[in-house]
Amino acid sequence: MAHGRKHVERFPIRDCALIQIATGVRAQNVRELRDRLLLVHPGSIDYHFWGGLLRPRFDDPEFSNDFAAWARHGLHDHKLAERLAMIDPVEFSDIEALRQELIDVLEERIDEGEYLTWSKPDQQFQFIRSQMVVFDTGRELAQPSDLAAATPAMTIGSIYFHFVDARRRPPRRLDDFRAWLAGFGSEFEDLSTALAEVDPYFTTLSRLRVELGRLFGSYFAGRK
Amino acid sequence: MTAFLESYATVAGEDVIRHLRQLSAPLKGMRVVHINSTREGGGVAEILTKLVPFKQELGIEARWEVIEGDEVFFDCTKRFHNALQGVPLDIAPPLLRSYEDVNAANAERLRPVLKDADIVFIHDPQPAALIRHFAKRKAKWVWRCHIDLSHPHRSTWNYLRSHVLNYDASIFSLADFAQVLPHPVYLIAPSIDPLSEKNRDLHSREIETECAQFRIDRTRPVMLQVSRFDRFKDPLGVIHAYRLCKEFVPSLQLVLAGGGASDDPEGAAVLAEVRSAAEGDADIHVLQLPPDAHRTINALQRAADIMVQKSTREGFGLTVTEAMWKGKPVIGGDTGGIRLQVFNHHTGFLVNSPEGAALRTRYLLRNRDRLEEMGRKAREFVRENFLITRHLREYLTLMVGLARGGEDRLEVG
Repeated sequence: MAHGRKHVERFPIRDCALIQIATGVRAQNVRELRDRLLLVHPGSIDYHFWGGLLRPRFDDPEFSNDFAAWARHGLHDHKLAERLAMIDPVEFSDIEALRQELIDVLEERIDEGEYLTWSKPDQQFQFIRSQMVVFDTGRELAQPSDLAAATPAMTIGSIYFHFVDARRRPPRRLDDFRAWLAGFGSEFEDLSTALAEVDPYFTTLSRLRVELGRLFGSYFAGRK
Repeated sequence: MTAFLESYATVAGEDVIRHLRQLSAPLKGMRVVHINSTREGGGVAEILTKLVPFKQELGIEARWEVIEGDEVFFDCTKRFHNALQGVPLDIAPPLLRSYEDVNAANAERLRPVLKDADIVFIHDPQPAALIRHFAKRKAKWVWRCHIDLSHPHRSTWNYLRSHVLNYDASIFSLADFAQVLPHPVYLIAPSIDPLSEKNRDLHSREIETECAQFRIDRTRPVMLQVSRFDRFKDPLGVIHAYRLCKEFVPSLQLVLAGGGASDDPEGAAVLAEVRSAAEGDADIHVLQLPPDAHRTINALQRAADIMVQKSTREGFGLTVTEAMWKGKPVIGGDTGGIRLQVFNHHTGFLVNSPEGAALRTRYLLRNRDRLEEMGRKAREFVRENFLITRHLREYLTLMVGLARGGEDRLEVG
């Protein structure tokens, strides 16, 4: 540890795995989507914003949440898709506030009075929720420079837990790496700024792992 | 690490195996029983052949039991299978009585194993009625449905549902295939085993030998569809697409490779139509392969330039996954699970007509660099999402969830 550095707790590396659960709730047009959203399990809204990265999916998604993707590919309503895609879940205090924002966007679209578009029966929006298991890996990082070697060896579950899932956990709503670095005062402020630039969406967790590994690698190589 | 786990670490990555070991730590010593209706043949047996040893390697006391039934029982469950997939077929009461009697007899035979189990996975309808005979069960019972239940014949589903209602949870392959039930309905997509005979790497000599036996010319482009001879797989549409394409690529060959159709009158009729449509064209190879021709299919998929799965209706479409694992983009019908795997311009193309299939075939044959790039992406996509290691991870997650409670987020260890 560098001389004069504050004492900061070690960083425990955790991991997680997710399983999807069908709710049986479906929607075939915007009005149905709005109505179902009023009542659907909060975990389902959460899943359709955050769960995408941990489930089987293609690595080059156009949209950062499932509602926007369905508006585009199921309803072919480009305007609605663009509006839904711009909802950033981090900006909302809780899932109910996020639910209300979704409903507002959908009602605005319904009020615009254009004809109601329907998806094909086999392309309905399926509300899904998930169950996540979080577990210890038994490994800890003593100091920030350990991130350079540790990140490329992390599982994609660990990358998801520390870099994506952490953003939805109150009260900090910040990825775990930046939260840990903040404990060292201003020493790693530039690294935190660089981390803030890494958008966890529109990529896969394996690519994110490579990107973070490179970022930590080059940062700490430059400090030697 | 044991040799078994090491072999999968080589293909899926060491981090993936480490993840499975840590996730399974709270499950060590747990007694888990899987029950299905056959030890050989069919997708369920194929999956259990690998899933059960995998669980054992991770310290779980996993067992695989098979129910025993007579001809009448299997006649009944075959009818179940068809009716649950939408065929309007009522099942006569004597057949249902046989179904219940066989389940009752198997319940007594398996009681010593099942009474001490912690989790019991019942696969498909055949053993679903066993649960009726374990009123005071301590285990969690899970019904794993491998078939598409999206549009079942209602009276058959209502009968089966009366058994399924007693379970603690169900598993379906896709949300589209699921029915609403009064317990958690988990979703676990199918997977392929990268080390199986159908998917393992082959030496180029093996590929040559397999192609030579069917007189497939490896110096000319090959278009391949692997599937049963079934109308929903649209083999006639594939021949139409091939003919449209052949006008621009005269050297093109077409291979339609499928399983036997001896016990399936509808399949035999489709095969006859396919043979008739192919007559007179030496570049169309219609191959009727035995059910265990895994290495032949593997070789054909590796030899092909263009992989087609032009289904008009499809379950998950594991032949698409297998082709993509071999580094091939797939031209697939815009339906079912194919949509979860084929992404336009990335891992293949979704098409809605023979014309669409011909257009995309011509495009890929003309742009070999794109074909190879998309093939690489397709293989990586399967590596990350549809290998048996992901399948196992989801089973383990479900098992931890069942053992520790139903909250959305569980912290263990």
